[in-house]
Amino acid sequence: MQPSLPTTRQTAVYVYQAPLRAWHWINAAAITVLAITGWFIANPPPSLSGEASAHFQMGYIRFFHFAAAYVFAVGFLFRLYWAFVGNRYARQLFTLPFWRRSFWAELLHELRWYAFQEREPRKYVGHNPLAHLFMVVIITVGGLVMIFTGFALYSEQTGLGSWQDRLFGWVIPLVGQSQDVRMWHHWGMWVLVVFVMLHVYTAVREDVMSRQSLISTMISGWRMFKDDRP
Amino acid sequence: MSSPISTSDTFYNHFRRHGISRRTFLNFCGVSAATLGLAPTMAGRIAHALETKPRTPVIWLHGLECTCCSESFIRSAHPLATDVILSMISLDYDDLIMASAGHQAEAILDDIRTRYRGQYILAVEGNAPFGQDGMSCFIAGRPFHEQLKEMAADCSAVVAWGSCASWGCVQAARPNPTQATPVDEIIRDKPVIKVPGCPPIAEVMTGILTYMLTFDRLPELDRQGRPKMFYGQRIHDKCYRRPHFDAGQFVERFDDEGARKGYCLYKVGCKGPTTYNACSTVRWNNGVSFPIQSGHGCIGCSEKGFWDKEGFYQHVTDTHVFGVEANADKVGLAAVGGVGAAIGAHAAYSAYRRGKQSVDQSAGAGEQTTAKATETESQD
Repeated sequence: MQPSLPTTRQTAVYVYQAPLRAWHWINAAAITVLAITGWFIANPPPSLSGEASAHFQMGYIRFFHFAAAYVFAVGFLFRLYWAFVGNRYARQLFTLPFWRRSFWAELLHELRWYAFQEREPRKYVGHNPLAHLFMVVIITVGGLVMIFTGFALYSEQTGLGSWQDRLFGWVIPLVGQSQDVRMWHHWGMWVLVVFVMLHVYTAVREDVMSRQSLISTMISGWRMFKDDRP
Repeated sequence: MSSPISTSDTFYNHFRRHGISRRTFLNFCGVSAATLGLAPTMAGRIAHALETKPRTPVIWLHGLECTCCSESFIRSAHPLATDVILSMISLDYDDLIMASAGHQAEAILDDIRTRYRGQYILAVEGNAPFGQDGMSCFIAGRPFHEQLKEMAADCSAVVAWGSCASWGCVQAARPNPTQATPVDEIIRDKPVIKVPGCPPIAEVMTGILTYMLTFDRLPELDRQGRPKMFYGQRIHDKCYRRPHFDAGQFVERFDDEGARKGYCLYKVGCKGPTTYNACSTVRWNNGVSFPIQSGHGCIGCSEKGFWDKEGFYQHVTDTHVFGVEANADKVGLAAVGGVGAAIGAHAAYSAYRRGKQSVDQSAGAGEQTTAKATETESQD
């Protein structure tokens, strides 16, 4: 082998189209606002003094929660639409190759990579199987649970007969009662918070340690591969 | 009350015979219209209905319960309403307040069931336990659920008084040793009107009966079978302390300045935001007050399973699932801490491995690549 400067060619694939990238970052912002305001709705900040007419603290907290919730819900609908019109990678969020054996084998490989049992991870143009599984379970299933429980709670103030009530009001007796829906919605917030922590960590780690780009892909749309091996 | 009154008799004639003047009668009609939230002209219709309509027999059964519904009912706010409504509905059987007892009393049930088949209203206070073959509640030598099913078979509608009949209440609280079962889970072929509350508000009880008699139809019910007119909104929606909630002014402790100033009780566990009832509008004891007005949070007594929500004094209550009781915030914060620490450790070890790998690589670059290549091949 000739001692020379290492030459690595970086192959690039266009994965995430612009509308999908925009959705990702808007959704991330919405989840952040929702989690923070949601925490304060359950555990309000210290009581304010003076006249009630001088403040509207909980009112504003709840307003931002509901506003971000609408962004999240409309974004979800848009994302669903984009799964139909976007490229093949846009469909991963809503489809899990549950019956494909290789998916589970690759998932195991990915788990072993995180457990330091593999020397290097495999290359994936879209999500790696572990990320794919998490996206479907947390963002799609979890997102739907949050939308349904959230709008059911929202229907309590828009009132009987409102469209929120007609579409989502049935969730409350299904779960039990209003307080139960609140608590499950609150649990959902914690699940999402833990997911965000894992998501950010693995994105950074993969960006550094895997054989492909991660964070820049969600900004530019291009997946860069650091080597040419399979 | 012990003897059933002929149904050809009208309410009005009955009132007059009991010494109620026309003035007080009309006064009652006006109060009932106002209580039901009807237009003022409806008072005339109520009067007309009571003057012309035959009285509907009502059978009032008592199952597994504490009688607080009856205690509430007999205190219906307008002083006259108590007398009038008790007479008005032709209460033919109510083992709590009827004079007859034993076989004499039970004979009334058979009589009403055969003579007024499909016409009488069955009011049920309490629920029926099924555990130990129904031994936990015996009426006239039989399990209560037998009496309930028998009387429900020929009634026109069932009114489930209170949280016991509606949801199960305290006797159905975890672990529900007697298998106390709410009325709508036993009677499935008749309309069941739930009037939850522990107890329900007196005027809500009399108001619902008055509505059913006046208009000869069931009140409009929500998804869970509660009359919308009284259970359509939450306590929170019409609470007079609501402005303090929106402002962010809370009672932090029961002895603080906020408590003295009447701030919102949300932080000390008020269940007003999750409770559907009319307390904040109709109030209690002739409209004198209701729990929040006297400085204590709502405990949500008209909501399903309110005994099992773990904590009248906290808003983020515990959740039971698969026999595990947990608080979302405690578990959530612990999970965030645990996952955070795990991420830190994982990141540190990843960096260590990567550092070691690059040292190895620079030490024996050629060897390493060949090893790696074979490894990749074997995987594929």
